[in-house]
Amino acid sequence: MKAVDIIFYFIAIFVLTTGVLAVTTRKIFRSAIWLLFCLMGVAALYFWMNANFIAAIQIAVYVGGIVVLIIFSIFLTQQSGNQMPKPNSLRIIIASIASLIGFGLLLQLYNKQVFQTTNKNFDIDIATLGKQLLSTDTNGYALPFEVISMLLLAAMVGCIVIAMKPKAQL
Amino acid sequence: MTVGLTHIIVLSTALFFIGMYGLFTRRNMITMLMSIELMLNSVNINFVAFNKYLYPDKMDGIFFSIFIIAIAAAEAAVAIAIIINLYRTHKSIDVDDVTDLKQ
Repeated sequence: MKAVDIIFYFIAIFVLTTGVLAVTTRKIFRSAIWLLFCLMGVAALYFWMNANFIAAIQIAVYVGGIVVLIIFSIFLTQQSGNQMPKPNSLRIIIASIASLIGFGLLLQLYNKQVFQTTNKNFDIDIATLGKQLLSTDTNGYALPFEVISMLLLAAMVGCIVIAMKPKAQL
Repeated sequence: MTVGLTHIIVLSTALFFIGMYGLFTRRNMITMLMSIELMLNSVNINFVAFNKYLYPDKMDGIFFSIFIIAIAAAEAAVAIAIIINLYRTHKSIDVDDVTDLKQ
């Protein structure tokens, strides 16, 4: 077993353990911190796959943005030291059975499927990535880029309007 | 056995179903949002892995991941605005306590 493979297994175990802890721990603040570690593990996996740009975006947007937003909303909405009530056991059993069945079904599929993988070097040049992102040719992504920018603007305005206090309460 | 595409998609499938388990068992809106983030992350891993192992000379998987991350950020921001507004009116962010539309 080569060192690359050992690193992959290490990252995989890290991501799965922290992911399981993030969805099962009963203190909500700890859950957010486990989620942060899980997202860092996914960023490490992107580095492992040589997708450095996506890894950088993952750290900047998820770890630096979304998790901080979640932690702020935890502080605003509840006492973070309290334990959450335990979900009832019937729901736990049904959810685990559903997840395990789905996982097993997909593993069956992967067993049968043979992927025609290539061993070519996967190396992204950020300059070509930026050019293709903004080009209007057949392979360009200028239209989705503009649509996403409109979506972000709409989401920003929507957040301000939703979270604003009504005038009467001011 | 060297690590290949199958290992990575097995990892992303496991992460997806961990997120699904969390979405089914949690009743707190913030923790449900966290589970959704886990599921979106597993989808991103798939996109990048297929891009790397099947079409290494193209970058479409990378672009899809970028757009998914942008949409996930917008979704998380709107969801948290809704959660804060809900907490203001109901003093709770438990989904079982919000039954105003139920008759």
